[in-house]
Amino acid sequence: MSGIRVLVGCKRVIDYAVKIRVKPDKSGVVTDGVKHSMNPFDEIAVEEAVRLKEKKIVSEIVAVSCGPTQCQEVLRTAMAMGADRAIHVEVDPATYDHLQPLHVAKILSKVAQEEKVDLVLTGKQAIDDDANQTGQMIAALLDWPQATFASKVEKTNGELKVLREIDGGLETIKVRLPAVLTTDLRLNQPRYATLPNIMKAKKKPLVKKTPADYGVDVTPRQKVLKVEDPPVRQAGAKLASVEELVAKLRDAGLIPT
Amino acid sequence: MAAATAGALGRIRHSFLRRQLLSFRRQLPCTQAQRSVSSLIDLPETHALLRKTCRDFAENELMPVAGQLDKEHKFPQEQVKKLGELGLLCVDVPESEGGTGLDYLAYAIAVEEISRGCASTGCIMSVNNSLYLSPIMKFGTKEQKERFLKPFLNGDSIGCFALSEPGNGSDAGAATTTAQLTSDKWILNGTKAWITNGYESAAAVVFATTDKKQKHKGISAFLVPKPTDGLSLGKKEDKLGIRATSTCYLIFEDCSIPQDCLLGQPGMGFKIAMQTLDAGRIGIAAQALGIAQASLDCAVEYATKRQSFGSPIAKLQAIQIKVADMQVRVESARLLTWKAAMLKDARRSFTKEAAMAKLAASEAATFNAHSAIQVLGGMGYVTDMPAERHYRDARITEIYEGTSEIQRIVIASNVFKELGHNL
Repeated sequence: MSGIRVLVGCKRVIDYAVKIRVKPDKSGVVTDGVKHSMNPFDEIAVEEAVRLKEKKIVSEIVAVSCGPTQCQEVLRTAMAMGADRAIHVEVDPATYDHLQPLHVAKILSKVAQEEKVDLVLTGKQAIDDDANQTGQMIAALLDWPQATFASKVEKTNGELKVLREIDGGLETIKVRLPAVLTTDLRLNQPRYATLPNIMKAKKKPLVKKTPADYGVDVTPRQKVLKVEDPPVRQAGAKLASVEELVAKLRDAGLIPT
Repeated sequence: MAAATAGALGRIRHSFLRRQLLSFRRQLPCTQAQRSVSSLIDLPETHALLRKTCRDFAENELMPVAGQLDKEHKFPQEQVKKLGELGLLCVDVPESEGGTGLDYLAYAIAVEEISRGCASTGCIMSVNNSLYLSPIMKFGTKEQKERFLKPFLNGDSIGCFALSEPGNGSDAGAATTTAQLTSDKWILNGTKAWITNGYESAAAVVFATTDKKQKHKGISAFLVPKPTDGLSLGKKEDKLGIRATSTCYLIFEDCSIPQDCLLGQPGMGFKIAMQTLDAGRIGIAAQALGIAQASLDCAVEYATKRQSFGSPIAKLQAIQIKVADMQVRVESARLLTWKAAMLKDARRSFTKEAAMAKLAASEAATFNAHSAIQVLGGMGYVTDMPAERHYRDARITEIYEGTSEIQRIVIASNVFKELGHNL
């Protein structure tokens, strides 16, 4: 059986170490001149795809990113880690501000169909919007099984055995291919791009497309009304005894009298 | 009539000049010149990606342990192996020889980012790349490369460079270590001082006098495997900074090495040393840049958090002036370093620029580290913050691989030479 073909979704987000600032007009956060990098969960997805390729389970990895021109940096990083090809679905900055998970899911589904992939791998959520929707939506649009919050992936005959991190603990499920997987933190530790691979990445193909090429309408269906800083944390109070605590809770109407 | 002639002459002269200009542009390596200038503004994609990889590595693998390595004077064994796996110990060795095959600009960027995480690791990296692998790449035979180059690319083994002696540092021509040729062996006698990687290295490039009468033209270079009978190591120096590196004497007492361990031709040693150090200067400049940048980052981070008189001290002009001075010094030194690297990559003369880079960067490192401690105040004086380590690490950059005094002499002599004065 020839190897599985994988599509990895990579989002360019503000770097996790950067201190986020809200724009004075409260329409969003400041992104100009701010350091960006690949969404950490997507890095884990790329790493998993590369590891599967090293085990000869995967034969080709295609990295995809939707967004403005700078997304190409993220794609080059993916190729330097081991992806074979990259597709940049270009969206101008103004449109990108309102691009939502459903739009991205529609685009990635179409790419997955065109590229005839057997597996879509993506991070469980992006660290900027924390939506945790794109992977699941792709699975629904393609009518493929999904295994989200994966912390371990094993290949058995024609199926993937996936260990999921869920609220109640750990769950093991089997999904038949083709499938969609979203990665969780403990799945792996992404590698550093070695210098030889950075050199090789220069020669790997990067293709530019637009949402129109995939017949996807990116008109926003939601409107962001306001973006604010979270409220400043109030100081707590130290109480002398359990009785005092119960009395305070009762006064606040939090427990029945 | 005159006007018409003038017009015609003007047109002829114009087309003549135009043809001159076009032929001149065809001769000029236009693409390279254009690429060089824009590289100073925006790094090429490969270099930007490399910078990111090295920065991530430094932040994740080196910064968290640098303080501990310094306290324990501990060689960063694991980290050096990881550097090797990333291809950072053989950055400009061609791919055909098993190296990474990048240019010197890439090397300078890599050393800076690594040194920003841990100056000792940056030093170890620089010694292996510039001082050990470089002369062997340039002057080694196929057999020598097989034995002394190939195993030293991926971190399994590292090398060192032995030129200085207890009796001479700047005065490299006065080397008193001798090498005598017997039937088929060289016998080395003498002592080398201040050898970085002295303890952990598996081989050394050693300079010894083969013909005292020829003075500096009688010095030759040798490849000495370690350990070897007759070669012993002095005690590890207890240094002010870069304490995770080992620095010691190499003591040669009737140390015999095979005849084919001569590097290059007899008498070529001084030339090999000077050429090697020229490029090594760019590596050390990059190391100093890393320390300077780390100091600046530390000061800025602290200034935005520390409150005084009701506001972060970053709002005070006294602090802003220091930060501005630090920024200008590190950025100008960086541009000098990149220029020197790009000249080397273009195979043009870069001696003066490398000396300027090393001078500027090392003085930027000490200035920035000094200022950073001042910004941090009392916190800058204790080991809880890295500022005091940067201060101690920075100091050596003005001394090794050519003191600031020697750099100034090199720069001045080149300036005069360029203007036609042979002093």
